[in-house]
Amino acid sequence: MKINLIHLIRIVRHGWKNIWLHKLRSFLTVLGIVFGVASVIAMLAIGEGASYEARKMIESLGSNNIIIRSVKLPSDAKTQQASTLGVYGLTDRDFRKLETIPSVVKIIPAWEMEEDVWCYGKTISARIIGTLPEYKDVMNLSIKTGRYFDEVELQKSEPVAIIGSTVRTSLFPVEDPIGKTIKIKSSYFKVIGIAGEKVFAGASESFMAEDANIAVYIPLTTTRLFFGEYEVKRGPGGVSSWERNWVQYHRFILQVAETDKILTTASLISDVLSQTHKKQDYQIIVPLELLRQAEKTKRIFNIVLGSIAAISLIVGGIGIMNIMLAIVTERTREIGIRRAVGAKKRDIINQFLTESVILSASGGIIGVLLGILIPRIVTKFAGMMTLITPWSVLLSFTISVAVGITFGIYPARKAADLDPIQALRYE
Amino acid sequence: MNQNNNQIIRFEEITKVYHLGKDIDIPVLRGVSCEIKKGEHVAIMGPSGSGKTTMLNIIGCLDKISSGKYFFEGKDISSFDDDALSEIRSKKIGFIFQSYNLIPQLTVLENIEMPLFYQQVDEAKTREKAIKLAHMVGLEDRIKHRPSELSGGQQQRVAIARALMNDPVLILADEPTGNLDSVSGKEIMNLLCGLNEKGTTLIVVTHDANIAKYAGRVLKMLDGRIANEN
Repeated sequence: MKINLIHLIRIVRHGWKNIWLHKLRSFLTVLGIVFGVASVIAMLAIGEGASYEARKMIESLGSNNIIIRSVKLPSDAKTQQASTLGVYGLTDRDFRKLETIPSVVKIIPAWEMEEDVWCYGKTISARIIGTLPEYKDVMNLSIKTGRYFDEVELQKSEPVAIIGSTVRTSLFPVEDPIGKTIKIKSSYFKVIGIAGEKVFAGASESFMAEDANIAVYIPLTTTRLFFGEYEVKRGPGGVSSWERNWVQYHRFILQVAETDKILTTASLISDVLSQTHKKQDYQIIVPLELLRQAEKTKRIFNIVLGSIAAISLIVGGIGIMNIMLAIVTERTREIGIRRAVGAKKRDIINQFLTESVILSASGGIIGVLLGILIPRIVTKFAGMMTLITPWSVLLSFTISVAVGITFGIYPARKAADLDPIQALRYE
Repeated sequence: MNQNNNQIIRFEEITKVYHLGKDIDIPVLRGVSCEIKKGEHVAIMGPSGSGKTTMLNIIGCLDKISSGKYFFEGKDISSFDDDALSEIRSKKIGFIFQSYNLIPQLTVLENIEMPLFYQQVDEAKTREKAIKLAHMVGLEDRIKHRPSELSGGQQQRVAIARALMNDPVLILADEPTGNLDSVSGKEIMNLLCGLNEKGTTLIVVTHDANIAKYAGRVLKMLDGRIANEN
């Protein structure tokens, strides 16, 4: 039997009328689908958002880079007295050795400290990073205004600084900071540039990425000159609990020639460092590997999500089937009447299948709206980043329609297969 | 041939057996042969269980026969499948039931329109025709009402309008006045007889002799056979 579009629209309209006749029952019936669809979209949006953040963060480390960090081992803190000098981390010797690895193009060392930055009575605790001019390119730092320091300033150990945007807003809320002077410890630096904002909402505390917003970048030679190679950490109990460590470098950023060689280079680095370091007071971070891990985690997350969503949609579908069976029984006589006036089995199937699809599709629509709303609420109140992908909306809506067809076919068949005479006699 | 053209229904030794469970067979029709001509008004009478309603259902293509041959407008439809029988019901036959059998959630107009819905006739045309038929049965001011808001006689008139929607050649009425008082019953019978006079074949099942009196011919049934014809 051919179904033209106009007739189909009439069938849908009739179906909609019947569903609207029992608003509450219909609403309760589709609730399962609503929550199924909404949870698929919402959970995927939250998952997507989290993995997007992670990916961005990892990418900001540079996928062709390997990062080695100095790590202060916890055993050191126990055995050493607070007043004695600790030694840990990466050294000049490491630098020279690592330089000999053929696949390593360049090593950019960095020395760091947490210190207050002052300007006209205003202050902010910032991360002071002493490094090379290339650091900017390797770490994909963007310079909003001014410039980064150059090779000449590095050679001459010039007291120049690039400040992060948070540092800028706290120290220079209104005025242009370029050319102004800031004070770190007892030394004065001239501000020559402002680093652009890098947004890592919620993930900025991670060990992997630095928060460029609260950083102050200074030539490495300048930090050597002014601050030496000591780091002083303020403990909780005043001056006696201060901790002094001798650290030559906090971080090496190694640029690797080809992405293919990243993993072999990483293991080579591990070998080289383990020769000279008795304890493993360093950590090798391979952003590429992290990226792959993040993707794997996301896949697992999606599978788990998918299963939960599938279960809830199946439950929703069973709910629809249950109600459709009840509706078929309730309207047995109507089916008999329709058959008597000339409806074919096909017509009866169409009628009830349409009703179940309308139910599930409207559940799907409500679910989509809810699923778009929930991530917004989560973003607003939990501060998590969420990302609604169009395919998740499309997929979950399509599934809801498919559920309507799958679970509507049996009741519809049952209705069509009723004996018209029996159906007409049904009380 | 000419005789065939004049016939609308011919039964040849039709039997109908209901199977209840494995070994329980209930014969309802035990070899019925009869002819009904176009434009006739036939009443089928008989006590309960004599098979008159089953016969009407078979005539109306709602039920299938167990053996024998059924010719409808000269065509042997004994072995037609469900779709083909539905097609005949849709195009040729109008049903009227004792309990009206209107769909409660639809309005009077929507109930009348229903047969043409399955013929996929244009909506505007359908509506126009339904309104005309509502006029004809005197319910033009009730078309927006639900069946439950009407009296029995009015509901049966809606059913008649519905039965006429597809311009049937044959109207089958199963105890059309069974649930009605004598005044309404009379109205309904007058309405049906009026249709018959215009040429529509009318078959009425009843056990009310007063209703049978309207008919040109009465088939009396007993134990699944036609016992008497006059």
